[in-house]
Amino acid sequence: MSPVHRPETVEEQQSYLRAGHSLRSWLFSTDHKRIALLYLISISAFFFVGALAAAAIRLELVTPQTDFLTREGYNRAFTIHGIVMVWFFLIPSIPAVFGNFLIPLMIGAKDLAFPKLNLLSWYIYVLGGIFVLYTLAVGGVDTGWTLYTPLSTQFANGHVLTIAAAIFIVGFSSILTGLNFIVTIHTLRAPGMTWGRLPLFVWSHYATSVILVLATPVLALALVLIAAERLFGLGVFDPKLGGDPLLFQNLFWFYSHPAVYIMVLPAMGVVSELVTAAAHKRIFGYVFVAASSIAIAGVGFVVWGHHMFVAGQSPYASVVFSFLSLVVAVPSAIKVYNWTATLYKGDISLDPPFLFAMGFIGLFVIGGLTGLMLAMLAVDAHVHDTTFVVAHFHYIMVGGAVTAFFGALHFWWPKITGRMYNLVWGRIAAALIFLGFNLTFFPQFVLGYLGMPRRYPVYPPQFQWLHDLSSAGASILGVAYALPLVYLVWSLRRGPPAPANPWEAFGLEWTVPSPPPKHNFDTPPVVTGPAYDYRLKTVRKRR
Amino acid sequence: MSTAAERLEPFDLRSQKRRADRFGMFVFLASEIMLFGPLFVAMAVYRVLHPQAAAETARHLNLWLGAANTALLLTSSLLVALAVLAGQNGRRRGVAACLLTAALLGVAFLVVKGVEYQAEYVEGLMPKIGPPSPIAGRAPTLFMSLYFVSTALHAVHVTVGALLLAGTGVGAWSRRLPLPKRAMTVEVVGLYWHLVDVIWVFLFPLLYLAR
Repeated sequence: MSPVHRPETVEEQQSYLRAGHSLRSWLFSTDHKRIALLYLISISAFFFVGALAAAAIRLELVTPQTDFLTREGYNRAFTIHGIVMVWFFLIPSIPAVFGNFLIPLMIGAKDLAFPKLNLLSWYIYVLGGIFVLYTLAVGGVDTGWTLYTPLSTQFANGHVLTIAAAIFIVGFSSILTGLNFIVTIHTLRAPGMTWGRLPLFVWSHYATSVILVLATPVLALALVLIAAERLFGLGVFDPKLGGDPLLFQNLFWFYSHPAVYIMVLPAMGVVSELVTAAAHKRIFGYVFVAASSIAIAGVGFVVWGHHMFVAGQSPYASVVFSFLSLVVAVPSAIKVYNWTATLYKGDISLDPPFLFAMGFIGLFVIGGLTGLMLAMLAVDAHVHDTTFVVAHFHYIMVGGAVTAFFGALHFWWPKITGRMYNLVWGRIAAALIFLGFNLTFFPQFVLGYLGMPRRYPVYPPQFQWLHDLSSAGASILGVAYALPLVYLVWSLRRGPPAPANPWEAFGLEWTVPSPPPKHNFDTPPVVTGPAYDYRLKTVRKRR
Repeated sequence: MSTAAERLEPFDLRSQKRRADRFGMFVFLASEIMLFGPLFVAMAVYRVLHPQAAAETARHLNLWLGAANTALLLTSSLLVALAVLAGQNGRRRGVAACLLTAALLGVAFLVVKGVEYQAEYVEGLMPKIGPPSPIAGRAPTLFMSLYFVSTALHAVHVTVGALLLAGTGVGAWSRRLPLPKRAMTVEVVGLYWHLVDVIWVFLFPLLYLAR
């Protein structure tokens, strides 16, 4: 290339997508952007597996009797649904795809601190996934995703050991991703990219990474103890051998409650980006939004006992856990208020990413408020282990995290692929997902409050119309989730080329071409101002 | 062949990469501590609940073999510390000698541990397998469960650590690990080994000494 000619267009400046076309150049790539796409493809495959299991559950619940699955088969369906969706879709979803793709771009780095480790963590994820598929092929497992003892250690007939191995293995992938993010954010920020100027997406991923690194090993140990009991009779959870089954619940929820924040903190980071970009306005209360991520990660570690209010734990412990669970709602509420305040007098564009962000806020608020109800000792005794709980955590984990995942997909798709998709279809999908989701899960609040226990394939006939509403909603939701697959894949071939900054958003990732070149930045960026400094944009093109 | 600059990617300076490597290992060690943490908490709670059973069951463990293993690991950690110093001074033979000896001490630790397990199996201390147990009751059985889980998990870490030490030692010897340029690799592997050592330093008194 001659020195006078500076590459201007995507075609001339080689994008990461064009840096090698062989399968090998993808499977052995250490480029964070390519690894993000490897993750995107693999988690989408597992989303499909988990969704099939969900379809089986909803189909079975259409009538009050068992007709399509056996009771045993129903147990296996909801177990595989939970395990696949939690560990093979939700936990890696936003961090491993968008965190991987965007953190280096957002902080002005060439890559994550340990590119080979990043690739390794994808292979570990795949290895864990192979264990899941093997477990499925040989008949599945029937313990529920919670793997409670003594069911999982003494009574379960399913393949507990292989599924425990799968979760154990995929945990390493999480730990390595979290480690990579922490070190990257500490050591690879561009000149001028101070902590106070970090995009909120990066802050929330920092908080998430701390949980990934510190909570995942506790789950790993709980799984080791299950394996030790099943294989060698070392009965840490077996009362006959002096153990305590409740200890498993303590260890499990010490990980699995913070795991909810692993899913929702990155989602909150996404929504912070989406809301400011849609309002074309600096986020209201940057410091509070950033600090609330850290507060959620910190307090989130000490609320796990609220899963065990009726499990025989000390009532004094329950009171403390109840109080702390109310405390953790405060930083979450701060975020919601700040997002809303950001929109005030904003120059709002009703593009698909913004609609998804709005969907997130609405569903997250319902999920959060019902969470407060569940944190109350007396209310929890009434609705514990009912579909009320199921509806609550689906509002957070699906209504919240999955909606934000789709929001992120629609916001950064032009950056990732270099193509624009059809915005009208995007808006339709966002609306359908919101409607389908509410129709699926709102009836479950009512059902649970009326006494419908979770994990039962049979129910009294008077519950049928609510169950049928839920199943009808699920079929809408299924179509709505499949819809983006169609128009996004279509955009890859036919979509118009995306400009570097299609949403007129602020942030370093929008200063590079779409798709970004292999090494991200032509010249190392220097940051001179705060994040979301939309005042700099003097003229904004009206669409 | 990749160029020196490509090997440094995504860093510009070697000093930045060194800092990141060390920091990354510390983050990983935090994760390891959380892996062993629940076992330490379980043992602490156990001692509060069953002080008598803990003291009595601990007498079934072989104090001298445990002490010998402690000596082996502490010596290996000293050698690893010396290897780090040698690495910074570019003395590759010193690094190789220290690391390989330390790895051998790790293997010796595993051998001693195996001898102990074998004796415990013969005595019937394993909860479900082996001859009938001389210890009765739930609390003593739980002590042995905690003992086996925590020492076995530690032994896995010793195995991984010894392999890392040996690999780094061979790398230093064969010049595949150029020193002192890559001295941080020795330090990072050393940090891991020290943590394996420190975990044993806590396990040994908790299991063997408090009797």
